[in-house]
Amino acid sequence: MELIILITQCLIITLAVTTGFAYLTLFERRLLARLQHRVGPNRAGPFGLLQPIADAVKLFFKEDIVPTMADKRVYLLAPALAVIPALIIWAVIPLGCWNIAGGYEACFDGGASGPLSNVLQIADINVGVLYLLAVTSIGVYGLTLAGWASNSKYSMLGGIRSSAQLISYELALGLAVLGAVMSAGTLSTTEIVVGQNVLWGIVPQFLGFVIFMISATAEVARAPFDLVEAEQELTSGYNTEYGSMKFALFFMAEYIKLIAVSAIAVMFYFGGWRFPGLETLGSGVTDLFGPTVGALVVGIVSLLAFLGKVALFLFVSVWVRASWPRVRYDQLMSLGWKWLLPLALINIFMTAVVTVLVPNQILQGVILLVLGIIVIAVALRLSQTPRITSQVKLAKTTEQMRP
Amino acid sequence: MTITGEPQTIEQRTEKPVRRMAEYAATPLTVPSPKQITEPAHAGQTETMVLNMGPHHPSTHGVLRLVLELDGEKVVNVAPDVGFLHTGIEKTMESKTYQKAVVLTDRTDYLAPLSNNLSYVLAVEKLLDCEIPERVQVARVLLAELTRIGSHLVWLGTHALDLAAMSAFLYAFREREQILDIFELVSGARMMTSYFRVGGLAYDLPADFLPTVAAFLNDMPANIDEYEDLLTTNPLWLERTVGVGAVNADDAIAYGLSGANLRATGVSMDMRAMTPYCGYETYDFDIPVGEKGDIYDRYRVRMAEMRQSVKIAWQAHQRLVDIGPGPYMTENRKIAPPPKSEITHSMESLIHHFKLWTEGFRVPRGDAYVGIESPRGILGTYIVSDGSPKPYRVHLRAPSFINLQALQHMSRGGMVADLVALVASLDPVLGEVDR
Repeated sequence: MELIILITQCLIITLAVTTGFAYLTLFERRLLARLQHRVGPNRAGPFGLLQPIADAVKLFFKEDIVPTMADKRVYLLAPALAVIPALIIWAVIPLGCWNIAGGYEACFDGGASGPLSNVLQIADINVGVLYLLAVTSIGVYGLTLAGWASNSKYSMLGGIRSSAQLISYELALGLAVLGAVMSAGTLSTTEIVVGQNVLWGIVPQFLGFVIFMISATAEVARAPFDLVEAEQELTSGYNTEYGSMKFALFFMAEYIKLIAVSAIAVMFYFGGWRFPGLETLGSGVTDLFGPTVGALVVGIVSLLAFLGKVALFLFVSVWVRASWPRVRYDQLMSLGWKWLLPLALINIFMTAVVTVLVPNQILQGVILLVLGIIVIAVALRLSQTPRITSQVKLAKTTEQMRP
Repeated sequence: MTITGEPQTIEQRTEKPVRRMAEYAATPLTVPSPKQITEPAHAGQTETMVLNMGPHHPSTHGVLRLVLELDGEKVVNVAPDVGFLHTGIEKTMESKTYQKAVVLTDRTDYLAPLSNNLSYVLAVEKLLDCEIPERVQVARVLLAELTRIGSHLVWLGTHALDLAAMSAFLYAFREREQILDIFELVSGARMMTSYFRVGGLAYDLPADFLPTVAAFLNDMPANIDEYEDLLTTNPLWLERTVGVGAVNADDAIAYGLSGANLRATGVSMDMRAMTPYCGYETYDFDIPVGEKGDIYDRYRVRMAEMRQSVKIAWQAHQRLVDIGPGPYMTENRKIAPPPKSEITHSMESLIHHFKLWTEGFRVPRGDAYVGIESPRGILGTYIVSDGSPKPYRVHLRAPSFINLQALQHMSRGGMVADLVALVASLDPVLGEVDR
């Protein structure tokens, strides 16, 4: 029975995530179009809803090319190496809480009031966060090997960029997450969500959240950190020599990772599937229809809440992509090593000291929030973003013209 | 910097030790050829990598080929390779009559067709020494300024797009669309307008020309504000442009830079003010100049130029309103074809018409050069006439081509991403580079 549930979960999540990826591309294209005074794809089906399918069909029918000079085995392996980690990230993320072993209450106290068997999470392992960090790191192999195996200079530059970028930002990302882990006092993803019953993670971990968002954006090579596939510089970066479904797999990996880091951000900092009033709703439904229905309703509503929060992050991501220029390679490195890494260390230090010294959770949160804002303000002040050093003046036409 | 009273020396302006012109003469400026970078002497070594960027590359603005020598991502050397779009325009002009050659000028700088028309037409008119009606002059100024705005909008859009700020591109093209609509209104063509003719305009301005222009000019300042909101103080935009690809005034002059690329270094040289044509001296406008000559200054200068163009266009618009209807061609029947109504009852007109269409007008022997301020810089047309109805030789001083020379000087030591930004900020049009 458990095995059947597990297989069903895996199938559903894989399908949901790949469909989610397809519709994320549509969402992005439509939203970008809106932001740019365009209409966007709206020909295939109502609101262009069949566009992802049309795209997939097109990609399937493209000729499958392997460059002559490519290292064939690695070249073929790379897309799989990129997409598999992106998919298995989802194993430990609680997408909601539908307790099939008892009432909804178990969701909110982490199983203290009764048995907890959450079907909206595939695996509740006690080192879930470690697993997340490990799996997100593996993805870099796909990109680097793709860049190397294509035997093309643009691809190689893209591959080198990706390895440098992802490894650099892995550090800041891990340390930012460490702050949240220290706050929650657990590595289990379930308990991290449960632990946010008083305050959402963003309050005590505001600094951590900012670092996490920047590093996560770089980690999934998303604008403005999309140097890995900078079209204007490297034509397409590591995937220049890929076509057909192999290209689609890279595309899929990238977008699934984008959804995944949004989900992780929601899990760590925005209370996961929680939202105020969910517990009241659960008790109300349980009183009326019994614990099974109560757990089901909480499950559905929490899943929707979770997806809504993730969609918010995706929206911001598209918005950023529409409006911001890309950073340069050396600027990216300096941001990662010179700013985010020290800030993440400061965050850990702050979190450790305050967590030990202040017992009250709310007071802790407020102190850390204030400290976090101060640190960010100081960092912004210190950072030498080039100020406008020169002014454009207007010379009168009647004045001296010659230099 | 504002230049007041006495001229400043270059040292005062740049506050940097500069090489004097004599030193440049001693060490001539060289741009390496692609062969020099890819030659066998380089082949064996492993410290640097040769990357062939273009001619098919998303950000080379056409078919520019750049052979890069890279150390990691650092640009060690650049060899621009041009000529992929060579269409022999200058040579073809020799086989066309003066009036028919106007059509070819559109095809050089295809983002500013009316500026090209203007430069050529002014050169021929200088040879002919003919009177041009005031109304035509004003219309030419108005359309040339609209061309400048349109061309700068394409520059802005592609420049932003090259730095991955993609929305600015579509915002800029939204306004460019209106300018193209105006061109279509007056000439029937959106890009290859050929609207300026030797002696005047191809057709009269249509009745709804002025209201359309007024509507456009009304909205334009707010639209420029919108682009500036998006970019001017954007920290990432500043990161990518401030201090990147800086060139000082001396180097800029030595490389023959012109237009906004030169003005960004602090030299307030603008052909509209230096050697006014079409009555530019009677318009009230300023010349925006930068200080550092980096990508950001070029950006600011061009943005300010768009505002100045709007200002000039408003004045021209007002003058056209004041002048009212009038001739759109010179009265000289040796150049301008007679109106159709005259042909039916005037023998002379019929003969003129016949001669003009079969043979074209003869231009006195001699040569003439006219340099105008095109959106890209000094666009000069040099015409040698042997007295026949076809030019003996036409040469275009193409600002894109000459600006592109400085690319190597500016981009060495920078990153590949800077090079992309630099190409965009120099604003070359490959049709004009290769001609």
